Amino acid sequence: MSAQTSEAIVAITAEAATPGFAAGLLRRLRSDPLGLLGLSLVLLVVFCALTAPWIEPYNPFKIRVLERFSPPSLVHVFGTDNLGRDVFSRVIAGSQIALGVGVSSIAIALVLGLILGLCAGYGPRWLDNFLLLIFDSLYSFPTVMLGLTVVTLFGPSLETLMSVVITIQTPGYARLIRTATLATKHSEYILAIRSLGSSPWRVLLIHILPNIIGPILIIASMDIPSVITLEAGLTYLGMGIPPPAASWGRILQDGFDSIRDAPWIVIAGGIPLILTTLGFTFLGEALRDLLDPKLRRVV
Amino acid sequence: MLTYTLQRIALAILICLTSMGLLFTALHAIPGDPASIMLGSRATPEMRQRLNHELGLDKPILIQFATQVANIAQGDFGTDIFSKRSVGTEIMESLPKTLILIGTGLGWAVLIAIPLGCYSALKRGTWIDRLTGILSVGTISIPSFVVAIYALLLFSVQLGLFPVIGAGDDGDIRDQLWHLVLPSFAVGLGWVGYLARIVRASMLEVMNENHIRTARAFGLPEGKIVLHYALRIAILPTVTLLGLAIGGLLSSAVFAENIFARPGIGKLIVDAADVRNYPVVQGAVLSTVALFAFAMPVSDLIVAWLDPRVRANF
Repeated sequence: MSAQTSEAIVAITAEAATPGFAAGLLRRLRSDPLGLLGLSLVLLVVFCALTAPWIEPYNPFKIRVLERFSPPSLVHVFGTDNLGRDVFSRVIAGSQIALGVGVSSIAIALVLGLILGLCAGYGPRWLDNFLLLIFDSLYSFPTVMLGLTVVTLFGPSLETLMSVVITIQTPGYARLIRTATLATKHSEYILAIRSLGSSPWRVLLIHILPNIIGPILIIASMDIPSVITLEAGLTYLGMGIPPPAASWGRILQDGFDSIRDAPWIVIAGGIPLILTTLGFTFLGEALRDLLDPKLRRVV
Repeated sequence: MLTYTLQRIALAILICLTSMGLLFTALHAIPGDPASIMLGSRATPEMRQRLNHELGLDKPILIQFATQVANIAQGDFGTDIFSKRSVGTEIMESLPKTLILIGTGLGWAVLIAIPLGCYSALKRGTWIDRLTGILSVGTISIPSFVVAIYALLLFSVQLGLFPVIGAGDDGDIRDQLWHLVLPSFAVGLGWVGYLARIVRASMLEVMNENHIRTARAFGLPEGKIVLHYALRIAILPTVTLLGLAIGGLLSSAVFAENIFARPGIGKLIVDAADVRNYPVVQGAVLSTVALFAFAMPVSDLIVAWLDPRVRANF
């Protein structure tokens, strides 16, 4: 998402954060079929992730050599892979990894971005310039390339993958929070509190933060699909979560090796990725249209 | 205008330097010395010492950084640990292939997206406009590597219409183009929707401007108004965006090259990352960062060249 759009959303959602707003949002979402489709897809993925151990028909890691490469059937809905593992169960288990990595690393990036953004926006000028230069430099790395660099240094693991996502997401949030802080910094109520002698930390955490956090949370949730894509992509390249974890990227990689003989594995690995990213994007679009009447008129 | 351009170029250089600094810090911040990480657990102390010496890691840290910056400024990216070839040569061999791939991908995306966005802006609110809108959002969100894998499965493996791997024989243009079709489709697909939306939005805005109304009042044919007076301005945001697009395109090129086993910078970097060949990874990443950092001032210049109003403001 471009910086301008995000900043526009910050400005507009800040006004929208009033009581009864969420109820109105849900009511209006009901008349938007694509938004509803998005919402149901997201709920489906969340449901799979939360109840995975109970709804998986088989153990996703259980190897059954005799049943390897069975095509889709009533017994194995998406067939089995090169080790005879049930692909459908692995797809469901993958939702846990996708959402788990997505939500947790975005949350960490958000906290880091908050701290850095508040420092840049409220701190001295030289600190602002220095942090901006770092943010812009990190922003200039193509995401996958940055990921590959970090993996080269630290070796592929879940922790490496999460630190990649955090490194990529933090500058964006920090920049947004910096802008929002700069905009709030000079408002009269902040001046009033400062003249009463509040410490900078009190001003930042109790008075500025609550005013800017709402819109940032919405923007962060719109980033979930790109983070899920990055996780699956790096894992597909063998640079993400090591086997035997049932990441969707891993299923795609396993399936790619046998794409001629067992095409159902790659098909099954791609479908959840498409549905999840579509779901989050449609929902995000609908939310943005609802939140921003000006954008709705133009786009 | 000149001052502005120089400022942007200075910023781009600064960004490249900071990125070098970040990579340098990362290499030195990790626990254990870089040599043992690159060589793995089988390395003997002598091997480590030799590599440390070859990489200049036994010198003071600031001197190391200064040497590195000076070397890279002269186009010397160091030596591949395994093949012992110059990293600069390896990059120069693979970068043009990647640029051709993303150029073709972006090219067909632009050729489809501009008429599509323009048409749906003119036919606003009709079913074709709505369909374009839905397809745009859809193609933007689907990961490019899933597109690449599905395209390979359907068109190469199942239907046998296109080659599965490689970039075609050297010197055989037709064969190379044939190999380019699916990868560039995968790289460009997401951009069709994205660009179409931008063109549509800015077209809607431009069509309401005064000079379009004046052109109408003069009784100019609608086709001329759209093509000559509106579209020329409406595509400007797209050009600005293309500068920013380089990063995303390079990322999807990494996947396209690996899935279709095409030589290029993405294949180079993944193969190097796989065996932890750090000099190659660093060189390849830095060259893409430089590409991105300098693409933005260039796209600004193109906008200024296309739009007299922007030029006048400088």
